[in-house]
This record gives sequence, structure tokens and C-alpha cells, in this order.
Amino acid sequence: MKQEDKTLIQDICARFNRDRTRMMDVLIEAQRALGYLSSDVIDAIAEALAIARVEVESAASFYAFFSQKPRGKFVIRLCNDIIDKLKGVDRVASALREQLGIDFGQTTDDDLFSLEWTSCIGMCDQAPAALINDKIVTRLSSDSIREIVRSLKEHGDFSKLKLALGSGNNSHPLVRSVVDNNLLQRGAVIFAPSEPSQALGKALAMSPTEVIRSIKTSRLRGRGGAGFPTGMKWEFARNATGDARYVLCNADEGEPGTFKDRVILTEAADLMFEGMTIAGYAIGSEQGILYLRGEYAYLRAFLEDVLAQRRSKGLLGDNVGGKAGFNFDIRIQLGAGAYICGEETALISSCEGLRGDPKTRPPFPAQKGYLDMPSIVNNVETFCCVTRILDKGAGWFAAIGTTGSAGTKLFSVSGDCERPGVYELAFGVTLAELLKIVGAEDAIAVQVGGASGRMVNPSEYGKKLCFDELATGGSIMVFGPGRDVIKVARAFMEFFCEESCGYCTPCRVGNRLLKQGLERFIRGMAEPSDIEYLEQLGKTVKTMSRCGLGQTSANPVLSTLQSFRSEYERRVVKNTSGLQPSFDIVKALRDSETIVKRKSVHVGH
Amino acid sequence: MSTKPKVATTSLAGCFGCHMSLLDIDDRILKLIELVDFNKSPINDIKKFTDRCLVGIIEGGCSNEENVHVLQDFRKHCDVIIALGDCATMGGLPAMRNHVPLKECLEEAYLKGPTVYNPGGKVPGDAELPLILDKVYPCQEVVKVDLFLPGCPPPADTIWQALVALLNNKPLELPYELIKYD
Repeated sequence: MKQEDKTLIQDICARFNRDRTRMMDVLIEAQRALGYLSSDVIDAIAEALAIARVEVESAASFYAFFSQKPRGKFVIRLCNDIIDKLKGVDRVASALREQLGIDFGQTTDDDLFSLEWTSCIGMCDQAPAALINDKIVTRLSSDSIREIVRSLKEHGDFSKLKLALGSGNNSHPLVRSVVDNNLLQRGAVIFAPSEPSQALGKALAMSPTEVIRSIKTSRLRGRGGAGFPTGMKWEFARNATGDARYVLCNADEGEPGTFKDRVILTEAADLMFEGMTIAGYAIGSEQGILYLRGEYAYLRAFLEDVLAQRRSKGLLGDNVGGKAGFNFDIRIQLGAGAYICGEETALISSCEGLRGDPKTRPPFPAQKGYLDMPSIVNNVETFCCVTRILDKGAGWFAAIGTTGSAGTKLFSVSGDCERPGVYELAFGVTLAELLKIVGAEDAIAVQVGGASGRMVNPSEYGKKLCFDELATGGSIMVFGPGRDVIKVARAFMEFFCEESCGYCTPCRVGNRLLKQGLERFIRGMAEPSDIEYLEQLGKTVKTMSRCGLGQTSANPVLSTLQSFRSEYERRVVKNTSGLQPSFDIVKALRDSETIVKRKSVHVGH
Repeated sequence: MSTKPKVATTSLAGCFGCHMSLLDIDDRILKLIELVDFNKSPINDIKKFTDRCLVGIIEGGCSNEENVHVLQDFRKHCDVIIALGDCATMGGLPAMRNHVPLKECLEEAYLKGPTVYNPGGKVPGDAELPLILDKVYPCQEVVKVDLFLPGCPPPADTIWQALVALLNNKPLELPYELIKYD
């Protein structure tokens, strides 16, 4: 390794105070500077941080966006979620393969391009989409991607591409992205006009326990999907013992089909940061962390600027808002492409510079979270609600929505509908009403709550969207006439196979078996007992897995078995031979025949 | 002609350890012969099925084409197929090669391994030898399997109790000690 590279690594580590808990930042910066994380780079980081090599390598090998092999100057990551597939991502992929002469997972000989697949990047309303390094390109077609690649080959500069900038702050000088907000309906809470900093002022005039009481009175529940009462979580953290407390904002919006946090981050970042600051005051914290998914790195400079402005206005830093003794600041922790880090304990692991492995609960983060200190992890949208509650009052908020689900909810709608985008609607709106608003009244199936949610059939469209009936963290994927729900379920299982951290067996192995089971139905090789098999296996994965990923990953199978059982039943074929139709002896012998250069004397020839 | 139910056994890609465990039922084997007749099995060295069997006990998964052939033959001749042991149920140790392409496996074994002496420099391919499958398949990926007895090997008592329950048409109740393997 060159001495100058070594010095560079040492400088990066020094910038983060040689703090091993800042491993994510060190790895991100090292990769940015040197292209990839070679074995030498990993050794140099280990030496500079004075830790074992394996600690560096275990983190470096975990995240999809870190590479231990050399890659092209431009890494094109094409999004392969189900909505992108419906919108023709395969044609884009073929165009890329053809033009670059490489397959996915490979790099061109001139080291200019690498091709990779990636899970949902939060652009389902403008699919197909891809990441080119940390920039986004959307609404791709085979023609547009050819033109992008041609231009990059010509001048090698992404900023020279002639791309129309997106709406709102997407054309801000610090963002300059093609992404569109598609914010198609503003509601009373998140996207209503509001006076900045009013809420923080009101909160600082109250005592911390009064702030928490106000949040409890508002009946605010977490917007990430699980719906845990926010005030209660804060109270646990406030009452737990610890030398420090932390406020973590979960902007690792990875649930397929969810992109509402992206719009908040772009258009209402102050509202979110204000909510985090109020939370800091309420639980007695001095440090907040915004965990920003790696896919949204294009927003980072803009968000850093928002934070800098808040600091200069005295809304972050020492004596926040003029309140003597209340010191609070926020840093941004960038992720690196791991869905599991949206799970709160995995998110904490990642912030601590570890692999994004979930931790065993209890203890819950409110007792023992980031750096083993009491911590709250809340969704981006939840913090925005907090700000509005403090501004307009708990009673005002509680009066919106339903009894069990107060307030409004942002819905990210994508798929077979006329107007995909973000809609802010009061909780309690029925699915049928939403489908009418988005122009999808002919939907044959709707996936509510992303891959880990459930598939709903038309007989249930009258149900309300709220925590007690159809719960969702925001994702609504619409499937129109002619779509095959079992193929959709298989796409979700492919996603979970890819994103399982591999720690526990039910999830690591069970999800693969579920996917194979679905394939038998798709290939017409399933028999009646396979329905029961999938049901049993699904329940095992659901009940035996360690964290929320595995506990929900069987839902695509279990919920389609429930809501679309006839789709399964019509495909089964009774098999009396006792042989497995999926076993293909000709294929199983092909390698052997090539190696020993003779045909099987028994089979198939 | 005996009217006793018939049992057949075989070892595919296994180590015969499960068969050894079967023999570990000790003197109960005398009782077993009172209960059943053995048909095709290495225990009595009968090579071919001569009759339909109630139970076929399979040790090992499928690593080559002959294993597939034998397993399918068992499925054809037996009412109940038992996958006995970890290799039959999951592929077991032989399935460790599933992570390595077949070509690399054979080259390591016959050409490149540090202790290989092979002046001909060829991977054996005589027509007498069954061809190796691209990977090791657990039994249920090739035929339908009715019962699984895990363990490496399953203890004699587990096998005994399973057989007795099956032959008497009783539900199988195995105490925890017989099915824990940690």
C-alpha cells in the first residue's frame, strides 16, 4: 500500500477522533477516496483505530454499498423492486447489458462502469430508477439509459448530463436532483403551512414532563409502521438511568414502496429537526442522530446546510432557543444500503459502527440503546407530528383521524394507478377512497405496508387505513388487472432473502424455502400439500425469527394464502407418482457430463 | 408366504452410520424380525425389491445418478418413506460441496489436491461409474418423503420407537432426550 494512501486513511480516522463507533463514516470516506475497501485499506483502518482487523472487515462486508473489490468509476445500481419490474426495469437492464457488454455484478474492462442490482431506493412513484454512484436517475427507459451511458462515456461527468431537475427543493443548488416530489395532497399536519420554531418555543416554556404529557394526550403513535405510542416511549427513556440520552431519527426508509420520508427530508426538514430538538428537551438528551439511508446520500449536503442554519439561528447548539442549560445538536449518520438498518436495534448497531445486526430485546432502546444509553428511535414523520402537536396543541391533533389512530398519515402510492405520489390524509380513510383519489379503482390487489405488510383483495377495500384495521408505515402498492399476486409475493420473498442479515436460521433459511415453495406454484409443479407446507413454514418463520424482519417476512406468503387462496388452489396438480416434479435430473447431470465428456448411460439421452 | 409387513433400507450418500445406529437396537433386532420381514437392504444383502414394502428407510441424500435411481425405486415400492438422519433430511456433510462448483471439487479430488497421484491427469469418467450430480440433494427434493428422523445419527431408541409406532399405527411420541442434538 502506498504511503500516501496510508496517510489518507490515518487522516480520515483522525477526523473522526479515531473513534471506532464512527466506523460507518470512516468506511464511507475511505471508499469515496480510494474507490473500494481493499484488504490493505481494511488493515490500515484497523491499525489507525487500534482495533482488530475482523471488526473492520465485519462491518465492511455487511453493507451492500461497500465493495472489497475494485469497481468502475460509475457504479450503476438498478432498483429491482416489484414496482420497477412492473414499469419495465428489465428493458432498462437489457439495454445496459447490451451497451456495456457486461452482466450485473461485473465491471467493464476500462474500469468505467459497474452494474449492480439494488433493493427499493424509494423512487417507486417515478420508476424505473437507479443510483449512479450517489446520484439518482428516474423514469428510465432503454433509450434514456443508453443516452446517459453514452454521455458518461463521452465526458465522464455526471453533473454534465442534461437532466431536468425535479420539483421543489430537488432543484436547490445543494440537491440538484431529477427526483420529483409528487406531493399530490397536503393534509392538516405535515404539509400544512406553519410558523417555524413556534413549537420549539412553546415546548421550552413547558417542563420536559409537560411536553411528554402533551405528546401522550395527543395519542401520537409511531409512523414507522409498528404504531407504538410515542409519549410512552419518551417517558421510558426519560425515566431510565444513564449518563447520557440520545434522540435517533430513523430516515432509513427502506420498506419497498415507501418514499414519503424522502419528501419530508426534501421539503420539511426543519419540521423534523425541530421535532428532534423537542424530543431532546423532553427526554433530557444533548445529542441527536439522523440516520439517513445511503440511497438518500444525494440529500446529505442539503440537510447539513439546514442543520448549519439552525445552529446559526441558535436552534441547535448551546442554550437552544435561549433556554439556559439546554444543549442539543444533531449529526447525520449515513447508512450504506441495508434494509435491516430500518429496524431500530439494527439502526443503533449501525450508528455504533457495527454490522447492522439487530440486538436482542429486551432491554429495549429506551432503557439501553445507542452506546448502551437510554435512546429513542422515532420515524421522520413522527418527529414532524411532534412539532405540529406542540404548536397547535394535543387536542387539535387528537381530533384528527380516528380514536385509535390520531392525526394524518402520509401514504406513498405506487404501481398501477394514474397518479402515483405522496398523499397526506387523515387516518380512517378507507382503502377504496384512497384508490379513487389516486386513480386505481380497477385494482385487483393492494399491498398495504410494503413487503412486510399484507396483500388485500377487493372485498376488503372498504376497510380503514389506520393502526387497528389496515396498518401501514406509508407504503401502498397497487396491482391492476392481469397482475399475478403469487409472482408479486415471490418478488417480495426475493427481497427478504437478499436483506436477511443471516443471524438466525428461521429467517436465513426459511425465507429461501418460502421462495422456492412459491416457485413451485408459479412453475405449475405444486401439489395440494404445498399449500399447507407454505402455511406451516410461514408460521415458523414468523414466530421463531429474532427480529422484526423475520417476524414479518412471511407475510407476503401468509397474506396471499389468506386473501388470494384460490390463486394457489387453482394451480395445484395432484401428484400420485411420489416423485418431485421440480427435480430435474438432466440439469443435475449437465456439469458432470461436460467434465468427464460422456453422456449418462441412464438418463435422458 | 409371510404376511408380516416388509421393510427395506438403503444407504445413499451417507456413511452407513445410520445403519450402525439401527443395529444399535441390540437384541431388540430379534423382536424386530418377529414384527417385520426385511426386503431389499444391506442388512440381509438383498439387492432388488422382490415385493411391495410398507416402510423404506433411506440413509443419505443424493450425490450421484445411481442414488437418484435407487431412491426413486424405493418410492415406487414403499408405502412410507423415512428419511433417516441428517444427510437424508438435509444433505448433511456431503452437501458441504454444494458451495463449490462441481468442476472445482473434482479437480481438487483427482488433479490438484496435495496428495493426489494421478499420472493420467484425468477425472475418472468410466461408464461403470455413476455420474456425480451438480450438487447433493436431500431426499425430499427428489421424491416425496413421509417421515423425517433427524440426528447424526438418530439414536437407536429413536429409530426403534419410530418403527414400533409406525408398525402399530400409533402416534409417534419421542421424549425430548431422543430428539435433542445440541
